[in-house]
Amino acid sequence: MEHTQSFRFFNRGPSPAVRLAFFVLLSLLLLFVDARFKYLESARNALSILLYPLQRLVAVPGSLWQQADAFLTLQSNLIRENDGLRQQHSTDAVQLQQLQVLQAENRNLRQLLAVQQNAGYPMQLAEIAYVERDIFKRKLFLDKGAQASVQAGQVVMDDTGIVGQVTRVHPWLSEVTLITDKDHAVPVQVLRTGLRSIVFGSGDTSELALRYMPVSADIQNGDTLVTSGIGGTYPPGLPVARVSRIERDPAYPFARIQCTPIAGVARQRHLLILSGLPKLPERPEEETAAADKPGKGRRKKP
Amino acid sequence: MSASLPKNQEFLLPASNLFIALSLLVALLLNWLPWQGIWLALRPDFVALVALYWCIHKPYRVGIGVAWLVGIFADVANASLFGQHALAYSVLAFGGIVLHRRVQMFDLRQQTLQVFPVLLLAYAVYAAVHWQLHGYVAWEYFAGSVVSALLWAPLTLLLQALRRPRAEAEL
Repeated sequence: MEHTQSFRFFNRGPSPAVRLAFFVLLSLLLLFVDARFKYLESARNALSILLYPLQRLVAVPGSLWQQADAFLTLQSNLIRENDGLRQQHSTDAVQLQQLQVLQAENRNLRQLLAVQQNAGYPMQLAEIAYVERDIFKRKLFLDKGAQASVQAGQVVMDDTGIVGQVTRVHPWLSEVTLITDKDHAVPVQVLRTGLRSIVFGSGDTSELALRYMPVSADIQNGDTLVTSGIGGTYPPGLPVARVSRIERDPAYPFARIQCTPIAGVARQRHLLILSGLPKLPERPEEETAAADKPGKGRRKKP
Repeated sequence: MSASLPKNQEFLLPASNLFIALSLLVALLLNWLPWQGIWLALRPDFVALVALYWCIHKPYRVGIGVAWLVGIFADVANASLFGQHALAYSVLAFGGIVLHRRVQMFDLRQQTLQVFPVLLLAYAVYAAVHWQLHGYVAWEYFAGSVVSALLWAPLTLLLQALRRPRAEAEL
């Protein structure tokens, strides 16, 4: 490099080291601003519109493959699937009847108790546009964005349970952080006992961890975890995970509990976005001064 | 004529700006294919490879600035923080430019060993930024740098071959 500097027949501009220093500083500045503040969201949106056609383009081979796969399904498979679905339908119909009765009863009870009613969230169906390709993160992109009035903070689920939450909204896309993301936490409740806790993502698509549970906690293999609704982001009563493994070592204060997500976090193609976020009751007057205001981001403490 | 061209002159093959831009675009698209599971960990960073190729073969045309710009596009598409890819690719381009005379002296097999540390450094920069922000590093991420280095020779052959017909047309 000193070589090129000593023989300067042509002016090539600043030396590589100077350029590197400039661009490294610029990158670090951008990193800092992007990590700490929200000023760059509009620039990101503009660029994402520019890149949107390209991103749809790279999704084409995958969708073609899926279409070919669906087209070449064997008839015996279809018949078997049809039978299974018919059976499922009849059992579901019975359960639906029971559910309607229970809902009516529940509504009456809630009215009697004068509890604020928060059932029946409007839903929006969205398709997975593409999956995150960064190994560090667990994210999805859905094909509904600000144009379809999706908002950051909305909950995303499939037909069986919670998948994640919308964390960033582009005009035609929205970014979903999965509950299995390492930085993500969901306030939950054990369905059997009502025990409250928080379930954390582990970075693996098939694993969640229930941390900070005492060794003596009443929890068993196969227990279902549902959202507790505390924290306000997730509405209560939605299934999240099932306990798959418990290690109780008396040498440690906490038990090691692993769970598997109930929703097909890595398997689904169509997902539901819950449109109406639950309204929290007003905070009591005397606490407002002491406690901080509820932010729009997800809150980890139950 | 391409066969008669001496091996150490191959880096003198011409390349149009359009060809450079197209190769970078194709590399970006390859990176954006829906890689999953083990393939995601083993995915070579095509953008890094192509950018490094141009930095080594045309150091006065493709420099740190171009690498940085491509990094910004990668950041937007991957929803990583602004500047994370850009920082890694800037370091990569710097490595390529500093080493370009040295790398051109070797044959392809030896070039792989020269290029690997540069790629590893760029991967380490990306992982370091992630570690600073999130406090952990997925170690399988570095497998991608090995695969990338192994792909250096085929990629160089491919790009050289694509550049050669142009040389015939212009001569």
